[in-house]
Amino acid sequence: MSRNFFGLMRSSAPPATEAPDAIGSERAAPPPPPTMKQDDAASAGVHLDPNLEAVRHDFTEEVDMALKLRGVSAFYGSFQAIDRMTMPIPRNRVTALIGPSGCGKSTLLRCCNRMNDLIPGARIAGEIEFEGRNLLDPTVDAVDVRRRIGMVFQKPNPFPKSIYENVAFGARINGYSGDMDRLVEDSLRRAALWDEVKDELDKSGLALSGGQQQRLCIARAIAVQPEIILMDEPASALDPVATLKIEDLMRELAEHYTIVVVTHNMQQAGRVSDYTAFLLAGEERVGRLVEFGPTQEIFTNPLDQRTEDYITGRYG
Amino acid sequence: MAAQAPRMDGPERDTVRSLLAELWRDRLQPSRPGSGRETPVGRLVHGALFVTATLSAFVTIGIVLVLIFETVEFFRQVPLIDFFGSTKWSALFAEKQFGVWALVWGTGMIALIGLAVAIPLGLMAAVFLSEYAPPRVRAAVKPILEVLAGVPTVVFGYFALLSISPVIRNIFGQDVGIYNALSAGIVVGLMIVPIIASLSEDAMRAVPRSLREGAYALGSTRMEVSLRVVLPAAFSGVVASIILAFSRAVGETMAVTIAGGGNPQFGVDPLEAVQTMTAMIVQLSLGDTPTTSIEFKVLFAVAMTLFVLTLGMNIVAQWVSQRFREEYE
Repeated sequence: MSRNFFGLMRSSAPPATEAPDAIGSERAAPPPPPTMKQDDAASAGVHLDPNLEAVRHDFTEEVDMALKLRGVSAFYGSFQAIDRMTMPIPRNRVTALIGPSGCGKSTLLRCCNRMNDLIPGARIAGEIEFEGRNLLDPTVDAVDVRRRIGMVFQKPNPFPKSIYENVAFGARINGYSGDMDRLVEDSLRRAALWDEVKDELDKSGLALSGGQQQRLCIARAIAVQPEIILMDEPASALDPVATLKIEDLMRELAEHYTIVVVTHNMQQAGRVSDYTAFLLAGEERVGRLVEFGPTQEIFTNPLDQRTEDYITGRYG
Repeated sequence: MAAQAPRMDGPERDTVRSLLAELWRDRLQPSRPGSGRETPVGRLVHGALFVTATLSAFVTIGIVLVLIFETVEFFRQVPLIDFFGSTKWSALFAEKQFGVWALVWGTGMIALIGLAVAIPLGLMAAVFLSEYAPPRVRAAVKPILEVLAGVPTVVFGYFALLSISPVIRNIFGQDVGIYNALSAGIVVGLMIVPIIASLSEDAMRAVPRSLREGAYALGSTRMEVSLRVVLPAAFSGVVASIILAFSRAVGETMAVTIAGGGNPQFGVDPLEAVQTMTAMIVQLSLGDTPTTSIEFKVLFAVAMTLFVLTLGMNIVAQWVSQRFREEYE
């Protein structure tokens, strides 16, 4: 097994700067990216404190990486929430972040689209590589990052507007000039909600049931045509039937999107995800990455004792 | 199979019952005010609190009764059609005319000018305080804004005369009178900015954080979040604040008496002097109007009109804020 994940990935995937980026090429290329010196980062070992090196499973599957996190730390004021997390997010796969409450799952997720910028006193260190750029760089526009990396929240939060306007909102503010009716329909279809609401698109989004509201929020995120969708415990406020629907949806969405999902439901992680990252906070409540790998490996053959303890339900 | 519940029979059951009944009487029964063991001091406090709580209600009822009584007296002498069917007002001349529309018009024009000033200023201030200002700035600015509401209105009146009117005359020419509706309207607008800003800001702050986050996560800028999500979601509160501000503008007295001039008229030119209902009441109350005269009684008829107008608007404001309240859950 490899202890140097990026060494491994470099051999299986070309460096990001040369990556034939299928989705990126369709869009207007971003202005000259402050390219990250990937080799430097790997060889100089950004924060490669041996104690922080998480256990990683060897996997040889040919996957492209949508995001590469290197030594990501987050602070709220003087409190450090997560410490030097280094992991990849494979493209068009579902990656689950699991761990007990307070281990920094949500914080890590919110670093990935700069939502933490909105919290006064929040600070992030490290690098997150997205299409050849470090999206944490202050010169990168956070609004632009969020257009391309969408987010679905724990509690459904539709706007107090009609179903149609909820879905159209993101497209409108981004100056979408195509066929709006078509976009709304496509997005609702992809979110598996179209059949239930097609006759009442003028109804308020708040009139829907919890599960429908959450799928509306997913449709709303899809309508902006992001590359990555971050989901923060998207089913934790829903009943079992609605939860199952959301899980099926995640599997389907993974064909077109990269999905990162935070969950503290291990069965859910096992059912929906291709890759799993196990996070744990120590005595001082600072979250650290313990183990990362293909979900099946993590669940059947965990390499770290703490992962095994968590998987088998010994704590959390 | 479920375990059989133990059964109780005979005296055993009765004992349990009476125990429960006792418990119920002593502990579980909610205590009603005025009942039970109250000390003499407690009774005194109780009574004093009751009197203070009901006093203001009785005063209000008393005022309304006086208004109604005197208004009825007035309409015994002057037919309704002369009051509501005319736009000419000359209560103090030998040839008396009581066309209240001249006064309602003056009031409305000044209030509308005030709103035209206060809505943009107030809403921009509210958006800034709620969405843009760092906590420390908001903590400093909001109290200052609210102090503006505590400045004596007579000061605003002279501010209009000495500062606003000269500017208006510089712009529109020196033949514009120092007393004019525009000057009074602008100063009334400045007076009601705090109402709109403060109440709208409260309404916008009450919009849940999750809605803002949802909008940010779709790639909204701060301005898009403020104007397209937060402001619409706070719509009911914003409208209620505007209606309250309007009713305050309608009831405003001192500034419009000083700056508006005393010219009851029904014209559209805001550069002319006008007279509002409140200013007319001041004018009539200042002189030595005999209490039996018709000029004295018309005071109450006008006051009644004003009262009905502002009461109606306050009711509308409440209805709007309840009818359009958004459920965020």
